[in-house]
Amino acid sequence: MNLSPDQTVFWSNGFITINLTIVTTWVIMLFMVIGAMLITSKLKTTKTISRWQAILEIIVTTINEQIKEVGLDNPNKYIGFIGTLFLFIAVSNFWIILPWYEPPTGSLSTTAALAIAVFLAVPFFGIQQTGFFAYLKTYIKPTFIMLPFNIISELSRTLALAIRLFGNIMSGGMIIAILLSISPLFIPIVMKALGLLTGMVQAYIFCILATVYIAAAVQESVKKKKVVGCKC
Amino acid sequence: MEINWFTVIAQLINFLVLVWLMKKYLYKPILDAVEKRETKIATELEDAKSKVTEAKKEQLEFKQKNEAFDANKKKMMGQVTADAESERQKLLDKAQKDAEDLKTKIEQASKELQENLNADIVQKTQQQVLYIAKKALAQLASTSLEEQTVQVFIGKIKSLSAKEKTKFTDAFHSDSKPVSVKSAFALSGKEQKSIKVAIADLLGETSDYEFETHPKSISGIELASNGYKLSWSFSEYITSLEKSLTSPLAKTQETEQN
Repeated sequence: MNLSPDQTVFWSNGFITINLTIVTTWVIMLFMVIGAMLITSKLKTTKTISRWQAILEIIVTTINEQIKEVGLDNPNKYIGFIGTLFLFIAVSNFWIILPWYEPPTGSLSTTAALAIAVFLAVPFFGIQQTGFFAYLKTYIKPTFIMLPFNIISELSRTLALAIRLFGNIMSGGMIIAILLSISPLFIPIVMKALGLLTGMVQAYIFCILATVYIAAAVQESVKKKKVVGCKC
Repeated sequence: MEINWFTVIAQLINFLVLVWLMKKYLYKPILDAVEKRETKIATELEDAKSKVTEAKKEQLEFKQKNEAFDANKKKMMGQVTADAESERQKLLDKAQKDAEDLKTKIEQASKELQENLNADIVQKTQQQVLYIAKKALAQLASTSLEEQTVQVFIGKIKSLSAKEKTKFTDAFHSDSKPVSVKSAFALSGKEQKSIKVAIADLLGETSDYEFETHPKSISGIELASNGYKLSWSFSEYITSLEKSLTSPLAKTQETEQN
């Protein structure tokens, strides 16, 4: 029994390994991009629109509203990263309803990659907003002594992000696998439904935490700017 | 549970590529479409608002115009009614006046007609009477009417009362003017002589006589001297005849008018 889709290897050559995680991710990427292209190629600006356009608009505007509610005033700037994070995790977790499907989010490598992306995105948006040195100074706030704690905080929350998502999805998959061997009828279906709910909740938690981290970095610099403005 | 670092790097790259692709093919087009539609709806709402404002303004303007029109109509109707009433009164007055004029004219014409008719009747009656009298007298006494007239006149002179005689005599003597004898027909010498004799019996001898002929006297003779008049004529009878004729005629006309 495989704990992770990483363990299903299709092709390997030294360091390079093409496993189920990567292949599934490509398929999901293709599905998302082609689906988006198909729907957005027929976009209308009239009062009556297609159902697919309406669904996509609802999803996109809801993500935008969520980002805004967390505290980022210009959500269009962050929706590319946060929205994709949510949609990728949500779509990955959604297909667990298919038999023999193993979500890439059940791989610690994928969740670690996503957590690293968030870990990199936080300073990226912070620096973009305030500048390099101004952002670095936030690590020694309120005093210099806080520097190691701030760094530990950054690393630990990244680790927590990766482990939380991986743990939830992997455990869901494991439970279903175990239940299939014990009682193959009906009970796994209920567990799949529960797994679907868990997957959606995890997608939401992952991206809302990412938004909070980014917002914290951006707002810190915004606060500073306002204070500087007052001194002038 | 282990981390495959190649998979981590590959998934990180995959994710970043997906971010770029989704940004290009999903978020941007969708957000642009939403914004365009919102702008369009906002514009339409603004248009609708301005149209409503304009419509309200036009409605108010129209209402004011209607009210002004109604007031003007009422005023003009009043004016026209007054004019019509005035014109009607004028026409009525004129018609009344014309009717009165016409009535007067008709009455005048009727009166003239009646007078003419009366005159004709009188004249014709006189002529007929004279003709009948002449004929009757000629047949009865084989003397002319004139002669008979003269005889009657002479008889009248002779039969004057004492008072009348005195009056005539006084009138004659108070003036030296000649005695005037007017007759409807030319008197013959004999007739003139007979008259002279009759007067001479009354006044005494005198040679001053003036004999005149007046055809309108209708077989009559008139003797005048200084304001005193003595006459005999058919006219008297004719006049009484005329009166007796006109009275029934007038009565008939009054009945017709009523």
